[in-house]
Amino acid sequence: MTSPTIARADPTTDLEVRAVSKRFDTHLAVDNLSFAVERGSFFSILGPSGCGKTTLLRMIAGFIQPDSGDIAIGGRSMRQVAPNRRPVNMVFQQLALFPMMSVAQNVAFGLARRGVGRAARLSRAEAMLERVGLAGAGGKRTDELSGGQRQRVAIARSMVLEPTLLLLDEPLGALDLKLREHMKIELKQLQAAFGTTFVYITHDQSEALVLSDHVAVMNHGRFEQLGTPQELYYGPATPFVAGFVGANNHLHGKALAVDGMIVELATQAGWVVRARRHGAIAVGAAVEAFIRPEATMLARAAAELPAGLTAHTGEVISLLFDGANSVALLRELKSHAEFRIALPQTGAYADLKVGARIWFSFDPERALCFPASGANA
Amino acid sequence: MPDQTQTGAAYGRLLLALLLAPALLWLLLLIILPHVDLALLSFRERVAPRQYVASLAQYRTFFGEPLYWHVFVRTALLSALATALTLLVAFPIAWVIAKLARGRASALLFMVCLIPFWVSETVRTLGWMILLRESGVLPQLLMHLGLTHQPVELLYHDATILVGLVYTSLLFMVVPLVGSLESLDNTLIEAAYDLGGKGWSILREIVIPHAAPGITAGCIVVFMLTLGNYLTPTLLGGKNSLWFTEQIYTQFITRFNWEQGAAFGFLLLALSTAMVWLGLRLSGQRFSDVMQRA
Repeated sequence: MTSPTIARADPTTDLEVRAVSKRFDTHLAVDNLSFAVERGSFFSILGPSGCGKTTLLRMIAGFIQPDSGDIAIGGRSMRQVAPNRRPVNMVFQQLALFPMMSVAQNVAFGLARRGVGRAARLSRAEAMLERVGLAGAGGKRTDELSGGQRQRVAIARSMVLEPTLLLLDEPLGALDLKLREHMKIELKQLQAAFGTTFVYITHDQSEALVLSDHVAVMNHGRFEQLGTPQELYYGPATPFVAGFVGANNHLHGKALAVDGMIVELATQAGWVVRARRHGAIAVGAAVEAFIRPEATMLARAAAELPAGLTAHTGEVISLLFDGANSVALLRELKSHAEFRIALPQTGAYADLKVGARIWFSFDPERALCFPASGANA
Repeated sequence: MPDQTQTGAAYGRLLLALLLAPALLWLLLLIILPHVDLALLSFRERVAPRQYVASLAQYRTFFGEPLYWHVFVRTALLSALATALTLLVAFPIAWVIAKLARGRASALLFMVCLIPFWVSETVRTLGWMILLRESGVLPQLLMHLGLTHQPVELLYHDATILVGLVYTSLLFMVVPLVGSLESLDNTLIEAAYDLGGKGWSILREIVIPHAAPGITAGCIVVFMLTLGNYLTPTLLGGKNSLWFTEQIYTQFITRFNWEQGAAFGFLLLALSTAMVWLGLRLSGQRFSDVMQRA
């Protein structure tokens, strides 16, 4: 059986998804998606549960056939290619290590299926275990390993087959918080060491931002935005991305005035703020604005704030101390809107008390105003 | 106070004894005592009317008379074959019930396996005879279809006995298999497939090792049931079925030779114990693990 070779548009592309759709009954899980993943990069698909990311990953792995469109891996169309013949391997959410086999047998499983001789596959498995920092663990049973070690066996088991593409289906989801932080760093280092293209799906924005070269934010079967973590964080293209990636203060209101790129808007309770326009906005239109907690400046007196910026007043309703990530929750005095502000790391506000009155302002250039999106609000 | 706790503990022990009493009595009166009696019977020989001496004559007769031990070996081999066939037939059924069918469909399939057991074994086996005898439904059908020139006798063959035994045993293989296959995580199969496995290698490397306790449990139960089955081989195999239970029946009922019958009974018990031990040894399973599956 030969599958048609597609003329590769870009020789540095390892995965190309072209106009792929998948429908389950009435639910459109993946909606006419197209994207490409560069060779050797760490690509994440970030989205809430039910956004279609798992369906997309399973189509790339070959467990589900797309209704339309094509998927090319390493320049070769994967239409009619079964999962066991694709140059792709997957790290499953629950890892799916084979409990009936030793660690070394787990890693050697794929090699055995390719007809590699017993001695050769065991030595290659041992070499791979050494690369992931598990030298000498080959004889253990899988349930004798810790969560992080099991994770590394799952990666080793796939990487020993030297796939063009490694798919990872929320592999950190089952780990506890501390281990998850540790495994994030480890995954990134492993990917850099192997140089293999990783496609990673997650609903955890922090994982996606920390690990990836490129992130696609997915919602309702479509990509809302595809870009570097920095682009997503500082320049969200849609209200959904602004709300999903990183913490944000989210205001709903009406545009009072539009002055070039700056929109003046008023919330329903009558709080007036200024933000940078994103998209076409007419005066009187419903809008939503996003202001990052760390884009805000704090002051104990209005005069301390930079001149030219609107000064707002708020009362501290709650202090969430978390070291460098400490946050104060304020209630804006006029509208009683809740507003989240990152406390400066200098400790200048370490003595702040609940009930204290405080002034704050933000640069309208660093606040974003979108036309109201309705469903995504 | 100490008196009270002592009374409490004594009361607890009494309650436990009372709760276990029916099972223990059943075990003692209906299983252990008769077997002790049978064991004593098998080790004696009648030298004159109402005069018995201890001897191994009954066992010597068994080894000295080729018919007896031929039937014995034949029963063991056919039972093993029937067990293997039952496993082959039951495995796909269990796979469908455990992995492919969902909810109602799965329950319905289980019902289909259970339905034969709503009818008594005798009626069921007589039903088979109506289907298979020379003037029965199947031979007539074969003749009408032009496959045979005259009605063929389908009864009284070894193959017929095997079909009957497999049919009778199927449920006892399906139940433990479904249990062990249901506990197999589907992502393990997907992972094996993803790593390049094909149907056969996944079955051999992943599915069978996982289902091994269930397979062993099913095989032990089916083998014991088949070895000790009397009705199916006798009815479907007729006079020439040469099943060992039939020999035991003949000794006890037809020939009033209880001593010989008891010896045969113990030989059958030894055979089934040996086969179970061998089966556990070969599959590397522990008896307690397997019995939890059964």
